Amino acid sequence: MLNQIGNYSLYIALLSSILIIIQSPTLLNQNNINVSGRIFSLISIQSLMIIISFIALIIAFIISDFSNEAVYTNSHTSKPLFYKITGTWGNHEGSLLLWLLVLSIFLLIFTITSKNLSNKYRILTLLFQEIIIAGFLLFILFTSNPFMSLFPIPNEGTGLNPILQDPALAIHPPILYLGYVGTSIIFSSSLAALISGSVNKTWAKHIKNWVLVSWIFLSIGILLGSIWAYYELGWGGFWFWDPVENVSLMPWFCLTALFHTILILEKREMFHSWAVILSITTFSLSMSGTFLVRSGILNSIHTFANDPSRGVFILCFLFILITLSIFIYFFYQNKIKNNFTKTYIVSKETAVLVNNLFMMFFLSVVLIGTVYPIFLEVVNNDKISVGPPFYHKLIVPFLIPFLIFMAIGPNLNWIKDKINKINLQQLLFFILSIIISFIFLKSVGISYLFSLPLFIASIFLFLITIKNFSVKKTNLSQKISHFGFSLFILSVLVNGVLAKEYSSNMKVGDERKFLNKTIKFESLKVYESKNYQSLEANFKISDKNNSINLKPEVRVYDQPQTITSEADIKSTLYSDNFLVFNILKNDGFYNVRYQIKPFMIWIWISIILISFGGILSIVKKNG
Amino acid sequence: MYGKKVKLRAIFILSIFFSLILIVFLVFKSLEENVVYFKSPTEIKNLTELTSKKIRVGGMVKEKSINVNQSEVNFVITDFKNELIVNYSGSVPNLFEEGKGVVAEGFLKDRNFLTAVKILAKHDENYMPPEVKEALKESN
Repeated sequence: MLNQIGNYSLYIALLSSILIIIQSPTLLNQNNINVSGRIFSLISIQSLMIIISFIALIIAFIISDFSNEAVYTNSHTSKPLFYKITGTWGNHEGSLLLWLLVLSIFLLIFTITSKNLSNKYRILTLLFQEIIIAGFLLFILFTSNPFMSLFPIPNEGTGLNPILQDPALAIHPPILYLGYVGTSIIFSSSLAALISGSVNKTWAKHIKNWVLVSWIFLSIGILLGSIWAYYELGWGGFWFWDPVENVSLMPWFCLTALFHTILILEKREMFHSWAVILSITTFSLSMSGTFLVRSGILNSIHTFANDPSRGVFILCFLFILITLSIFIYFFYQNKIKNNFTKTYIVSKETAVLVNNLFMMFFLSVVLIGTVYPIFLEVVNNDKISVGPPFYHKLIVPFLIPFLIFMAIGPNLNWIKDKINKINLQQLLFFILSIIISFIFLKSVGISYLFSLPLFIASIFLFLITIKNFSVKKTNLSQKISHFGFSLFILSVLVNGVLAKEYSSNMKVGDERKFLNKTIKFESLKVYESKNYQSLEANFKISDKNNSINLKPEVRVYDQPQTITSEADIKSTLYSDNFLVFNILKNDGFYNVRYQIKPFMIWIWISIILISFGGILSIVKKNG
Repeated sequence: MYGKKVKLRAIFILSIFFSLILIVFLVFKSLEENVVYFKSPTEIKNLTELTSKKIRVGGMVKEKSINVNQSEVNFVITDFKNELIVNYSGSVPNLFEEGKGVVAEGFLKDRNFLTAVKILAKHDENYMPPEVKEALKESN
């Protein structure tokens, strides 16, 4: 029953997509309110249908309707209700339906909020967006339908991978998808603006909100994924340069560059073509991100559900979209009115340009590191992976000038500024940061070649961003985001330099010495929970003055049979104590890993600050 | 001679050109140094010469091969054709079990012995490295 409802509503949605695509070319040159009214009702019907199908799928998961194949392969009656619901998008089919849902809802919001813009621009945006929606509908209906019926109906499902049964990971995909899908609106509208010859201030002002919204959701989505990886995977890190992580970082770089460019476009009518190119790139990266994660092409440590045959469809679709947009770009690019105004080298415009260049560099490094293994495997069948040192080696040296530019850039004026603006005050801060970094590195006893300039640059940026709060000229949201970023870099650095790790195999009652601390494996107890059995260990970590108890768990799930470790983390403002243990074999040994992670909490806080700046910017403008 | 403007533009283009070359050079040098090859035990048996670079070995953990003491975990990786002894000290992931897929990253001592620095396992309980899948198919 639910399967039929879901299927039919998806077909109706496809039908309205086709209707809109067919009708829109004829409507382009008419300026008729009724016309847009008809399109509007079609879009509403479409969104409604997709919402209905999504609700149908959620209900199927809640009532464990095993006549549905997606429910059967990804759910189980004993699963807690919360994870039954989030299981809806924890699998390939459901996650694509979620993509589609967000696509159509965003389009609806776009249609409602763009009423005062030109008819041609709106209809064209709708057209491109509907092409994307139709593509996704076809993909869902013919290669990954979440409403496939099973007969005979099984009594019990096979369960959801327990590692996914986690609150952070439950909301991670929807948030990330909001970011990804937001870029589709940017893509469609930039192409529409290109064709209708309206890549200008008004467009920049309108699209800026969409850029911000996608950027905020993408940032928070990445944050949630990192937090999850930190406590659930038991490695104690927050970023592993894994291909699956990289594909979410690439659109982030692009969006950040785009946002800065859009600001210039809005204020100074410059960089028109560049903004369009960035919009197209951002969306292509988001789409290929979904494609790479879902297709199983990436040799990643965390690939979940995947099926290579599906990848071909997305790849073709992506190829068509990119080719289409490149053609449109070259045909209509001369329509851009380039009212070139003289700008000097020392100006805010240049600062943004420099920001963009760095972003593009970081993006290329991550792109090459992610794609190179795929390339090599196709060419000569070698299986390789590109490790973190590759990224560190290439990104870290460029981070130093980037941070210094970031400290100076935002304080420059539009159009023209004087070089001697880099004045005494900044020089003073610079000397101060040299002293601080020197004392810091000396006191912790580290003398790496790269550490000193890196610390100087990041402390300099940190001091300048704090000082900027006292300057009235720039807006508050920018200050918060930039301060958040400097805090982020600084915390990551301190964390990287001062983190300590110890691992050992221990039996109950064993004691180990690590630094000036004693780690004691005090006890182990077993208890039953709803759908798993838990082994809870009790470790006592003590030094001269105080002691803490850490209670990590090992959970044994029966559906499907899997073991997961739950790390126990005690966070303070200065550092995290992280302990995770693992069953090795039945002869009494447990694999124990203890880590001290300084400033961990500040990494999370700083990313929240970065996103908060964005939120503030939207609220302030509309409120 | 050329005007100041042309000269400035030429310098600009040249500097972009050279920095691009520099970046490409850096990227490829870094790639060369930091690429980790993925091999199966059989491929390692057939190596013509041993590399001193870090490699990854994928396969299944052989049944009854895990041997634990205070500081080390020793086990055997197999692709059901050839085997490789792994010596490791450090932490192991959740899904590290006998009869399950595993990826060990480390340095080869000889064609039968690997000193691992990292053990990886996939999150997916049904995961099996593609090479092992093929080897299993052949042996059946």
